[in-house]
Amino acid sequence: MRCSSLTVLAMSEETVFELARHYRFQWEPAQNAYVLLYPEGMVKLGASAGEILKRVDGAAPVSAIIADLERAFPGADLRGDVTEFLAHAREKGWVRVRAA
Amino acid sequence: MFVQPSPPLWLLAELTYRCPLHCVYCSNPVDYTRYGEELSTDDWLRVLREGRELGATQLGFSGGEPLMRDDLETLAAEARRLGYYSNLITSGIGLNERRIAALKEAGLDHIQVSFQDSTREMNDFLSSTRTFELKRRVAKMVKSHGYPMVLNVVLHRLNIDHVGQILDMAAELEADYVELANTQYYGFAYANRAELLPSRAQLERAEEVTRQWRARVGEKMKRYFVVPDYYANRPKACMNGWGAVFLCVTADGVALPCHEARMLPGLEFPSVRSRDLRWIWRESPAFNRYRGDDWMREPCRSCPEKGKDYGGCRCQAYLLTGDAANADPVCDKSPHHSVVSELTARAKEGTVNVETKPVLFYRDDETSRRLSAQGKKTTV
Repeated sequence: MRCSSLTVLAMSEETVFELARHYRFQWEPAQNAYVLLYPEGMVKLGASAGEILKRVDGAAPVSAIIADLERAFPGADLRGDVTEFLAHAREKGWVRVRAA
Repeated sequence: MFVQPSPPLWLLAELTYRCPLHCVYCSNPVDYTRYGEELSTDDWLRVLREGRELGATQLGFSGGEPLMRDDLETLAAEARRLGYYSNLITSGIGLNERRIAALKEAGLDHIQVSFQDSTREMNDFLSSTRTFELKRRVAKMVKSHGYPMVLNVVLHRLNIDHVGQILDMAAELEADYVELANTQYYGFAYANRAELLPSRAQLERAEEVTRQWRARVGEKMKRYFVVPDYYANRPKACMNGWGAVFLCVTADGVALPCHEARMLPGLEFPSVRSRDLRWIWRESPAFNRYRGDDWMREPCRSCPEKGKDYGGCRCQAYLLTGDAANADPVCDKSPHHSVVSELTARAKEGTVNVETKPVLFYRDDETSRRLSAQGKKTTV
């Protein structure tokens, strides 16, 4: 996964993300995966991407998402993974920063 | 050993063959007037449930004009409840404030509005209607109700020189996506191919205009292209392979692995009136006929690219070579490739002058009956 340093800089742990308009996030039993649905397409998410996006609700800041994931998966340092994935997801247009 | 096929991702519900437009490039079969009664609301509700159980996520309501069905709102509500991402593929005719609000309430996710051109004259000529202004009003209504909007324009010799204006129009109407779909030569488009096939020079100009437009305007509006495959040297990965991700159910209930497959001889496509979608998708002989690569002949069988394009399109192989199991002759490895290269070499230069009135087959019931009676699968 690549992301530009600029996008990373523009995100702090207080940033609140929400799903981009017109995107829907749901569990797909037939795929055994979380997916993102949007006009004309679908992204099948890997397990960790799914766990992160499940917590993107337009209310929880990045810090809360990290804390919740670290509770769910004890012993892992997930800070880097979460910020990197969210930067990637924003570049892809899947999530956006909630307006203050 | 029988390998379970992966689930269909796309369910296309061709709710009706009725349509107020008469587009000369329509992909509906030219003999659509032969087909029987439309499925009932209950039939469709069952098809939606069975498709979702199989794993389909994207649902297209298409036709004909799907708004001709007055149960569309009922079907959209069930689609939302089942967890589909649903798309109304429409000419816009029949959409009004009452219906668009009801569809929103039902949970329809997005709307694709077709235009025939960026000019009223050509739009109305190609569809044999006066609908251009109405379509513009509908596009604005779609946006004002908060839907993501795909603006679709089918490109061919008679409008491709307008591609810059078409992109401008899509931006002006605030389309979220614009689909520039080069004509695929099936159905009525095949019957009208001599008038619709653009020249190579036209295509190259259109590509250059699109490139410049993107450099000027940027990436805000996403663009989809349907490639002009007659001008390619490798075939399109048609439907991502036969029976791989796409399942179409026609107005009269026949299940197809692509909208055009009904033309293929020697295949009996199952009806949802007598079989469930699970059997149809997994077990039916028709859906297994060209699944995977066991059916392939040379040059496909030993081709390193067979996993990329799946040998192209079965319908195009049938239309242009007479046998659906041949390689799609768009491929320059095909021994039949000269069929395609001779067509493109003869393609006429463009005209955008409606006054010259090229003689075209319009998609209407009378033309359909006439072409059916002549026993023409499509050709002229």
